[in-house]
Amino acid sequence: MTHAFPFSAIVGQEAMKRAMILTAVDPSIGGVLVFGDRGTGKSTAVRALAALLPPIKQVAGCPVNSARVEDVPDWAEVSDRRLVDRPTPVVDLPLGATEDRVVGALDIERALSRGEKAFEPGLLAEANRGYLYIDEVNLLDDHLVDLLLDVAQSGRNVIEREGLSIDHAARFVLVGSGNPEEGELRPQLLDRFGLSVEVTSPRDIETRVEVVQRRDAFDRDPTAFAKAWRRKDLALRRKILAARDILPEIATTQSILRDCAELCVALGSDGLRGELTLLRAARALTAFEGKTEMSRASLKNVAQMALNHRLRRDPLDEAGSGVRVARILEEVLA
Amino acid sequence: MTLETAWDRAVFARACFLIAPDRLGGLWLRARSGPVRDRFLAPILLAYTTDLRRIHPAIDDQTLYGGIDLTTSLTTGGLVRSAGILQQTTTLLLSMAERAPAGLVARLGAALDQRPDLKLLALDEGTEEAEALSPTLSDRLALRVDLTEVGLSLAQTGSEMSDIPAARARLSHVVADAACGKLLVELAASLGIESLRAPIQALHVARISAALNGSPSVTEEDLANAAALVLLPRATQMPAPADDSAEPEPEQTPPENQEGQGDNGRQPELSDALPEELLLEAVRALLPNDLLDRLAARSAVRAAESGAGDGAKRRGNRRGRPLPARPGKPRSGHRVDLIATLRAAAPWQKVRQGSSMHNRLKIRASDIHLKAFEERSDRAVIFCVDASGSAALARLAEAKGAVELLLAQAYARRDYVALLAFRGQQSDLLLPPTRSLVQTKRRLAALPGGGGTPLAAGLQDALSLSDSVRSRGMTPAIAVLTDGRANIALDGTANRAQAASDARDFARLIRARHVPAMVIDTGQRPSEALGGLARDMGAGYLPLPRADAKALSNAVESTLCSA
Repeated sequence: MTHAFPFSAIVGQEAMKRAMILTAVDPSIGGVLVFGDRGTGKSTAVRALAALLPPIKQVAGCPVNSARVEDVPDWAEVSDRRLVDRPTPVVDLPLGATEDRVVGALDIERALSRGEKAFEPGLLAEANRGYLYIDEVNLLDDHLVDLLLDVAQSGRNVIEREGLSIDHAARFVLVGSGNPEEGELRPQLLDRFGLSVEVTSPRDIETRVEVVQRRDAFDRDPTAFAKAWRRKDLALRRKILAARDILPEIATTQSILRDCAELCVALGSDGLRGELTLLRAARALTAFEGKTEMSRASLKNVAQMALNHRLRRDPLDEAGSGVRVARILEEVLA
Repeated sequence: MTLETAWDRAVFARACFLIAPDRLGGLWLRARSGPVRDRFLAPILLAYTTDLRRIHPAIDDQTLYGGIDLTTSLTTGGLVRSAGILQQTTTLLLSMAERAPAGLVARLGAALDQRPDLKLLALDEGTEEAEALSPTLSDRLALRVDLTEVGLSLAQTGSEMSDIPAARARLSHVVADAACGKLLVELAASLGIESLRAPIQALHVARISAALNGSPSVTEEDLANAAALVLLPRATQMPAPADDSAEPEPEQTPPENQEGQGDNGRQPELSDALPEELLLEAVRALLPNDLLDRLAARSAVRAAESGAGDGAKRRGNRRGRPLPARPGKPRSGHRVDLIATLRAAAPWQKVRQGSSMHNRLKIRASDIHLKAFEERSDRAVIFCVDASGSAALARLAEAKGAVELLLAQAYARRDYVALLAFRGQQSDLLLPPTRSLVQTKRRLAALPGGGGTPLAAGLQDALSLSDSVRSRGMTPAIAVLTDGRANIALDGTANRAQAASDARDFARLIRARHVPAMVIDTGQRPSEALGGLARDMGAGYLPLPRADAKALSNAVESTLCSA
């Protein structure tokens, strides 16, 4: 097993890192979309996240990583029913993966050798309770996008094909990355991502030098580098775990709810998903900061990433939605 | 070792590839197949006789990642899995790399990210600038070699082989002080390279260069070598003087400006670091003379084409996006989907075995599944915009607004968009077919106005573009925005009558090729002549006297869609 680049060693890109940490605190926020230039550390961050996340408890032999024995789907013949700790799954969905591979298909081995109709789970099963990472998400084939939309919405993967009729849980945090110059994302898929961040190459020479030097040190001796950053990574993990514990205790005041609603109305975002995500993200941030009461500051902090991608696109607006969100943020939360 | 000719650089890059430490990514070789390329590749093929695996753009997942070995499974009656190429080797050779589809590119990119020991040798035979390895991959490959300009006589000049094993042994002891990394980062920034992978890779290459030269630490020469191999081919701009603190936007820098800088060879006024000045000088000396010309053209085209490495994706009846396999009878022109057929047959084997003595797989005609693909031809809307003086500036702004609205719709429909503008004596392709709204908007905003109206030249280019788009498997449609006062003939002379007749000739040609078209009259009042032109073209005619952009876009949408 090769070492992943440590999450805490990533220089800058604070918005991207914060967005990923928030989804780790509260997976129900619903995914992160990272859009930006090549070579800005998008995939590095996602792969680093996998190593950072706390392990999950699951039934050892369960193909969908069930937490309890009762949750194991009946089609799965699980021989090993012990509960074990596993690293949080981070599953790559390659572009142009076949439908069979993504949703699962008839298990040809068991069909041939034993003459049974059995189900061979796909990537969506593997990603249950974890992360599903799609690099170059804007180039994903339309038929896969349709599949994902449905599953991401319902949290269940339903298979009705080849005489199979089964379903299983498929709750995952969708992480997508891409370069907007290569094509844009369908609004329907855009909406499924809870948070979106834009990353750019750092402009400042000092930062760039720091990036190159850390990467170089890592390339030359990954083990030593990972060891050097292990403590920071572990501290971050503890902080995430602590945040998860206090998350349910964080009270939502009426005034915060009002602020959320006013923001979304002022921005004219479609549907209520914006408000919900905004609220959840702000709550997760509050928990991560170790506070027990949500404040306007935390709301302000996450509003950009929760709402940026939910505005109606105005092709004549050169400035982009980020500026609009910032302006309205100032007005509403003044 | 100095790297004077392109061949020297190529040989040096090859030595780096052969030493091939981890995380180098690989080498992107741009060359047509021929003796020069063979000469270049021979030592690599020799060194990796056993380990090198060839892959091609149409390779499927099963070959790449491994899967069920069908032949063996059927003969043995049990399930046998085969290992994929990615598990078997550390060195891949991708031929026809410029044709690699986005899916393969993404997979190889992910594999390179995850496996530091994986190396890719991408053979790119692209002939045009736009036809090249996808940037997703090229960004990850440290070394770039371009042999398109290298003649055989040059390739035969002395290129003594370096001692690879000795250099490899020295590599881990090479020291690079912190200043080296800083220098390369600054250089990359001054060359307008956004990606941070480039300086990281350059630092690797500088170390290899030191190892090759037998020096214990990275010297200036090594840095220059690394810059020449890794940074220069990615440059989007000339190094600007250091006091120019504003970060220049590569695409907005006018090419004239860059040429001027290159021609008079102005020294960068660097106040502080002396080595950097030296390095920049070394770099400047290495720049080929025509690099600057090429730079402007390349950055424009490449950016627009990025991610569209596979041109004719949707041509032919056996390609397209795969649909689930369907039951059916095998006929000519169809392919049997073996796995799907087996899946269909598998559950019945026990039942079917009962009536037979032989313990063989029983497949009935009803089990047979055929591979199915959905062909969907993308529409490419070619905007042919009049930017002449007569289409006065206010109208031009309106036309721009209309085009942007249409673009938004094209985006929603996932259409490709191309932008042609004609003014003065000729027409220019501002944007080759792309799906990127960002690109188009940027290009459109920069569209200047003024000059004569070479309508014929515009139509001619629109027609040839529609032909090339069609040959790539897309369905073209042309939208002409003009005020119709054609006054420049095809040969560039200012002759009203000739200009009008030339324009009509091309209009008829467009009709003859059955390209759906649309003429939008941006004049102050509807012009009779333009209506005639639209009829010649078999196109819809839409006068735009103070029509708002929304009405316009609705009209275009309905005309072009029904066509």
